Amino acid sequence: MVINNNKSSKTVIQIKEMHKWFGNFHVLKNISLGVNQGERIVICGPSGSGKSTLIRCINRLEVHQQGDIIVNNVELTGDLKNLEAIRSDVGMVFQSFNLFPHLTVLENCTLAPIWVKKLPKKEAEELAMELLTRVKIPEQALKYPGQLSGGQQQRVAIARSLCMQPKIMLFDEPTSALDPEMIKEVLDTMIELAETGMTMIVVTHEMGFAKKVADSVIFMDEGEIIEQNDPKNFFNNPKNDRTKLFLSQILNH
Amino acid sequence: MSEKTYKPGNYPDLPPPPGTVGVYGWIRQNLFSSISNSLLTIISVVLLYYLINGIIGWFFLDAVFDAESKIACRKINDGACWAVITRRVGQFVYGFYPEAERWRIDITFLTMFIAFAPLLYPDIPKRKWLLYFSLFYPFFAFVLIMGGYFGLQKIEYSLFGGFMLTVILGVCGIVCSLPLGILLALGRQSNLTVVRTLSVCFIEFMRGVPLITLLFVASSMLNYFLPPGTNFSILVRVIIMFTFFSAAYIAEVIRGGIQAIPKGQYEAADALGMNYWQKTRFITLPQALKISIPGIVNTFIGLYKDTTLVVVIGLLDPLGIGRAALADTKWNGLSTETYLFVALFFFVSCFAMSRYSLWLENKLNTDKK
Ligand SMILES: Nc1ncnc2c1ncn2[C@@H]1O[C@H](COP(=O)(O)OP(=O)(O)OP(=O)(O)O)[C@@H](O)[C@H]1O
Ligand SMILES: [Mg+2]
Repeated sequence: MVINNNKSSKTVIQIKEMHKWFGNFHVLKNISLGVNQGERIVICGPSGSGKSTLIRCINRLEVHQQGDIIVNNVELTGDLKNLEAIRSDVGMVFQSFNLFPHLTVLENCTLAPIWVKKLPKKEAEELAMELLTRVKIPEQALKYPGQLSGGQQQRVAIARSLCMQPKIMLFDEPTSALDPEMIKEVLDTMIELAETGMTMIVVTHEMGFAKKVADSVIFMDEGEIIEQNDPKNFFNNPKNDRTKLFLSQILNH
Repeated sequence: MSEKTYKPGNYPDLPPPPGTVGVYGWIRQNLFSSISNSLLTIISVVLLYYLINGIIGWFFLDAVFDAESKIACRKINDGACWAVITRRVGQFVYGFYPEAERWRIDITFLTMFIAFAPLLYPDIPKRKWLLYFSLFYPFFAFVLIMGGYFGLQKIEYSLFGGFMLTVILGVCGIVCSLPLGILLALGRQSNLTVVRTLSVCFIEFMRGVPLITLLFVASSMLNYFLPPGTNFSILVRVIIMFTFFSAAYIAEVIRGGIQAIPKGQYEAADALGMNYWQKTRFITLPQALKISIPGIVNTFIGLYKDTTLVVVIGLLDPLGIGRAALADTKWNGLSTETYLFVALFFFVSCFAMSRYSLWLENKLNTDKK
C-alpha cells in the first residue's frame, strides 16, 4: 500500500552543494537535496555516515560551512535574525526522546507554544490535549515522562513537536531506542502523521516503514548521498554496490 | 509444607513466609541476622543504657536551673549548672538590644516564618498574596529592627548580638547569595567572554581567600573601595562579605548541576525554538537547582555556622556572648554548659535546614512516583 496525498510541487527544503566539517573531519560532502511540500523522505545508511548531522543541519542544530540550505524560503546563514522562528516551523523527534523530565506530559507539550508562539495557556492546553489524543495517550497528560514507557514517551515527543504546528517534521531514528513491542506503536503514529500530508524526513532502518510511507529513499555513506530513488526501485533494484551490500545486511538479519 | 499443584495460570498470590515482614521480621533481619550482629546489638544496647542514664542525670535530674553563681549551683547539686544560661538568656537571644524594645525582634522573627512560607512551600494556599508579603517583608524587618522611623526608637547596630545576630547574618546571607550564585553559575557558562571571565575571576577569588580575611577587609577596608560618601554599617559590610563568599560556592555547586543536564535537553529546547532566557528559566535552572539542592543546603549550613566568625571583628554572636558570660567571675568555669547551649541552638537550626532539603528533594523527584 502506498499512501497518496495531494502533493504540491512547492519546494520547502532546498539543499545545494552543502558541505560540513567537524574540525578537519569532512562529515557531509556535496549534499544536494530538494524536498517538496508533503513529501516523505527516508534516509538510511551505516552508522557514522552523517545521517543525523544532515537532518540536524536543516534546523541548524549543526552549522554547515559551505553551500546553501533554504528552509521555507529562508536561507540558513550565520547572520540570521530569527532563528527561533524558523526552528519553531521545523519539528524534530530524537532517538532518546529528550522530554523534559521535570515537567508533566501536558506541560512538555504546552511550554513552547505558550512562550515561543505566545499562545494563551488555555488554547495551548486544548491543542496539546487534541494532539495527545491523536497519539493515543490523553490519559497520561498529568504524569511525568519518567512514569511512561519508552513508546509512550516517544509519542509524547511527537505530540510535543506537533504542538508547535510545524510545517516540516524531522525524525532521527525515532524507534532505535525502543523495545520491539513498542516500535509498532510509534511507527503507527508516524504513519498516521504521514496520512495528514505532513512533510517528513525520517532517518530510520525500519524498511517496512520506508516501503509503506516514503516517496523517496536516500542511502548515505561516508557523508555522501550515494543513491536516491522511489522505494520500489530502491529496494528491488538498487544500482550502487554499497547500497546492495547495506540492504542485504539489514534485510537479512 | 505440602506443595499443592495448580493448573498453569491459576497460581494464587501467597503470603510471604513467616518472620520476613512486619516488626518482627525487621528486627530479625536488621538486629539479629547473625551471631556477631546479635552480639553487637546487645553490647550497643547496654552501652546506650549507661550513656543515656549518665546524660539524663547530668542534663536534667542532677542539674541546677537557677542560682546566684557557680558556687551557689554546686551547693545545690552536682549536675549541670544551667543558671549561667537562664540568668543571661536575654543576652544570648537579643545581645544588648534594649530590653523595652525586644518585642520588635520577636515580631520580626515570628513574621519571618510567614514571609518564608510561600517561598519554601510552593503548594501553600493563597500563595500569591503571601508572596506580596514576602516582597514587602525585608523593608518591614529593616524598619522594625533598626528603628528611626514611625516613632520607633533608633537602635545602634553595635547593640545587636546573640542568636538574633546569627539569624540576621545567616538569613540575609542565604537569601542574597542564592540569586547571586545562580547568576555567577550562568555567567561562568556564558558564551560572552567578558561575562565568563568576570564570573570566573570573582568565583576563584572568593573561594581562594579565607572567610576570616574577608571579614577583616569588611571591618577595616571595604569603605576605601566604595564610592566616597557611602558609609555602610559594619553589619551590612559583613553581610555583603558572607553573601559574596557563599555565592561563589553556590555558583560552583549549581554549575555542577548545569553540567549534569544531558545535552539532549538543550537540543530539544532549541528544536522547539526557545531562546536563551527561555531555556535557562524553564529547562536549565529547574533541573540544575533540583540536582544541586544537597550541595546548596550544605553551603547554607556552612555559611550559617560561619557567622560565628564575626566574633573576630568584635560583633557579639552567641559564642561571643557566651565568652563574655564565662569571663564573669560568678560563672567562671562553666564552659561546658555554655558551649553546649550554643551548639544546641546551631544544631536545631541546621537540622531544620537539612530536613527541609530532604523533603524538597523528595517532592521534586518526578520519576516513578
Ligand atoms: N559534535 C561532533 N564533533 C565531532 N564529530 C562528530 C560530532 N557529531 C558527530 N560526529 C562524527 O560525525 C560522523 C557522522 O555522525 P552522525 O551522528 O551524523 O552519524 P549517523 O549517520 O547519524 O550515525 P548513527 O547511525 O550512529 O546515528 C561520525 O563519524 C561522528 O563520529
Ligand atoms: Mg544518528
